[in-house]
Amino acid sequence: MPGPPLLHAPGTMRGVPGRPRYAGAMPHITGAADPGLMELPWDIPLSAWPEDVIAALPRGLSRHVVRFVRHGGNVLAVKETNREIAYREFQMLRELERLEAPCVHAVAVVTQRRTPMGEELSAALVTEHLAFSLPYRALFSTALRKGTLNRLIDALSVLLVRLHLTGFYWGDVSLSNALFRRDASEFSAYLVDAETGDLHEALTDGQRSYDLEIATTNIIGEILDLQANEDLDEGIDPFKIGERLESKYSKLWAALTATETFDANIPLRVAERVRALNEMGFDVGELDMLSTPDGQGLRIRPKVVDAGFHSRRLMRLTGLDVQENQARRLLNDLDEFRLVHPEIGEDEAFGAHAWLTSIFEPTVRAVPRELRGKLEPAQVFHEVLDHRWYLAESAGEDVPMPVATASYVKNVLPLRPDERAVLGRSLAEMTAELPALTDEVGTEFEARDPFENDNTYAWGEVPVPETSEPPQVRRQSTRIPAPERSPLTGQVAAQAQARATAEDDEDDASEESGF
Amino acid sequence: MAMATVTYDKASRIYPGTERPAVDSLDLEISDGEFLVLVGPSGCGKSTSLRMLAGLEDVDKGAIFVGDRDVTHVQPKDRDIAMVFQSYALYPHMTVADNMGFALKIAKVDKATIRERVEAAAKILDLTEYLDRKPKALSGGQRQRVAMGRAIVRQPQVFLMDEPLSNLDAKLRVQTRTQIAALQRRLGTTTVYVTHDQVEALTMGDRIAVLKDGVLQQVGTPREMYDTPQNVFVAGFIGSPAMNLSTFRVEDGYALIGDSKIQLRRDTVANMTEADGGDVILGFRPESLDRVAPNTPGAFPVEVNVVEELGSDAFVYGTIPTPLATASKNVVGGSGDGIVRVDPRDVPAKGDTIWVTIREGEQHVFSSATQERISTHVVKTDASRSLAG
Repeated sequence: MPGPPLLHAPGTMRGVPGRPRYAGAMPHITGAADPGLMELPWDIPLSAWPEDVIAALPRGLSRHVVRFVRHGGNVLAVKETNREIAYREFQMLRELERLEAPCVHAVAVVTQRRTPMGEELSAALVTEHLAFSLPYRALFSTALRKGTLNRLIDALSVLLVRLHLTGFYWGDVSLSNALFRRDASEFSAYLVDAETGDLHEALTDGQRSYDLEIATTNIIGEILDLQANEDLDEGIDPFKIGERLESKYSKLWAALTATETFDANIPLRVAERVRALNEMGFDVGELDMLSTPDGQGLRIRPKVVDAGFHSRRLMRLTGLDVQENQARRLLNDLDEFRLVHPEIGEDEAFGAHAWLTSIFEPTVRAVPRELRGKLEPAQVFHEVLDHRWYLAESAGEDVPMPVATASYVKNVLPLRPDERAVLGRSLAEMTAELPALTDEVGTEFEARDPFENDNTYAWGEVPVPETSEPPQVRRQSTRIPAPERSPLTGQVAAQAQARATAEDDEDDASEESGF
Repeated sequence: MAMATVTYDKASRIYPGTERPAVDSLDLEISDGEFLVLVGPSGCGKSTSLRMLAGLEDVDKGAIFVGDRDVTHVQPKDRDIAMVFQSYALYPHMTVADNMGFALKIAKVDKATIRERVEAAAKILDLTEYLDRKPKALSGGQRQRVAMGRAIVRQPQVFLMDEPLSNLDAKLRVQTRTQIAALQRRLGTTTVYVTHDQVEALTMGDRIAVLKDGVLQQVGTPREMYDTPQNVFVAGFIGSPAMNLSTFRVEDGYALIGDSKIQLRRDTVANMTEADGGDVILGFRPESLDRVAPNTPGAFPVEVNVVEELGSDAFVYGTIPTPLATASKNVVGGSGDGIVRVDPRDVPAKGDTIWVTIREGEQHVFSSATQERISTHVVKTDASRSLAG
């Protein structure tokens, strides 16, 4: 008699010798067109997954077990929760994505997980980790700059307005439930946790104001928590930060949705309103126009506004898919290029192509392969523009793009942390139920002075400019970088910092952040 | 403190672009200190009703009062109402006391008052000895209570909870359910609680309001809902396993189940109208059936499909055999299906046929035309005695 039949052919998990694949029952995976997901060890609780599949990424506070998993070239976030919540959140994220709201991409829901002993395990929601995104805890460090905190709050207020415009009530707005990506000198925020949210046709004022109240409370709690761990200067007033979110949100909401009445010069005024919205980065899809009862005036109200005015224009001209403020910066450079080269720049599409091939691409290709995980290409380009400004300031004359690029690649970029998939060190910490992250990974994310270690007068190894003259760029239209990166030293720097802080405290309606 | 009653006065919510109101002229009075549960299937309007009270949904018609104050058009944060989440994040580096009290700082409450309220809440929540420790030192259940504490220290007039247990696993859910109910009784704060789970409603609420399609079906104590459901929907919704409900022809004061005859009370038969066309909907709970010998008057057969044994109880999920069942038109629960509670020490086998009768006085009778209750008596069963009310 032969032995009993082999019910399943045991494979071997990578790095877990002898461990049969699918020792438990086959899990049920919905959503992903990726058979590779089956390879993950769904038959053990997430908290016990082997180290070789876990990517230790910093994360915010979560009430569920959330871990980051290496999968092919990507990093996935896996969250254990119950089945209904997992499905609901999956559908919500997919719907938000369809509505072009800034959020993470939902990959799959895994259910029917069992251990080899037959014990049931929680369902899991799998989302894609946003490349080059940073949880707020990674951006904070022992010496967090107030400017950074303000920019995070600004990004979160834009995100909240955008979600509210699509009819999404979040229900648990917080820094932990968002991810941040560098976006030129600002940040862009993305929703990562939609568990508590609801989609509506349109939100009531009550829903918006309550969402904002939750946001304020949560953010103040998060800041107090950072201060309790001495990750954040005690001098920062959490309550002021809370107020900032509220005022930023309210201003942007009003600007995007307020009704205005004009009674003279109507076409011009309407065009001005649209241009003002464009400046803030929004397209006006539909405008409600209504004559006033006396028939003399016109009441207008933007009905459909879409974020991404600049990024769409850049996409149309160059095919580059970048974030809004990066697009703004790139478009500035592109427009300047077209002015300087009227012979090719007159035609917008032609000029854009020339700029792409002769300015943008050579710049980002100058980054050696091993440094490409540091920043997104568009962010590199933005930083090179900044760097060139400093070089020119010190040198007292214009610095060609290739020179600036070479100097940046040599002196600045190597010192930047890798941000494609931010890796920490301690696995134990990542699996702690209540994570406290910043000690190990935090300090690496302190925004460094890009001018540190840079010797303007030691360009000996920098290649000489190519034969064709690089474009002469007019500086005044380029955004002046944030004051804390000022190359000033000592006393002067301290004063500049103090000035900047004072300005930050002011009501910054005039700030050119464009949200 | 002012009386924190809550009154829905013909309150409706009609979403833009829809015809049928999501909540239709809700009339409901919740008394001071009461724990009221809004329950119903998904889409019944229970959450919308709660959110109207919270200020998250507009009230398109009618009004809502908290005490004597009309809050219909008041912003959420000015209503003195707290939504309680079980899922608050706890801040790892802050003490339990700070986790509970920091939101009061935002409301500019002075330090001494904050400490006082936090200590009072901790006492109620059994967390006093943990106040100066970090959340890491707490068990899962204790963390849940810290989250409750965040809402308690605000001392609102009304607590609102919308499916607060939905993201907990089954074990923690039962535990937390008991804790919330006990806590609410100790605090005596008016509470409105939304759930889709009628077991949760029966075990937690002082009173239960059942909604369907935006319309309030019935409001009452758990026992009232169980013993005298006012219509077929409530009868089928409240109770687990569900009540057996079927339409039967009535002749000479007897409901006909195939060849068997079940006597109806005279006052019930008197309540039938011409619109009923000689039919009634008869309901009987699984525990209202006795196993009897086949020739007993009023007995009918049930063919056993599945037996579910739950320790102290066993339930037979069965079918009334086809030649008999075709004579009845089923309203609830599929064709000819029935559930019978049996003695767990004497469980029939699958495929057996058992004979049962409905216990005296344990019939619920509803109009086949309106689906409203026409039997006038209160039905007491073994199970109803354990319910509040």
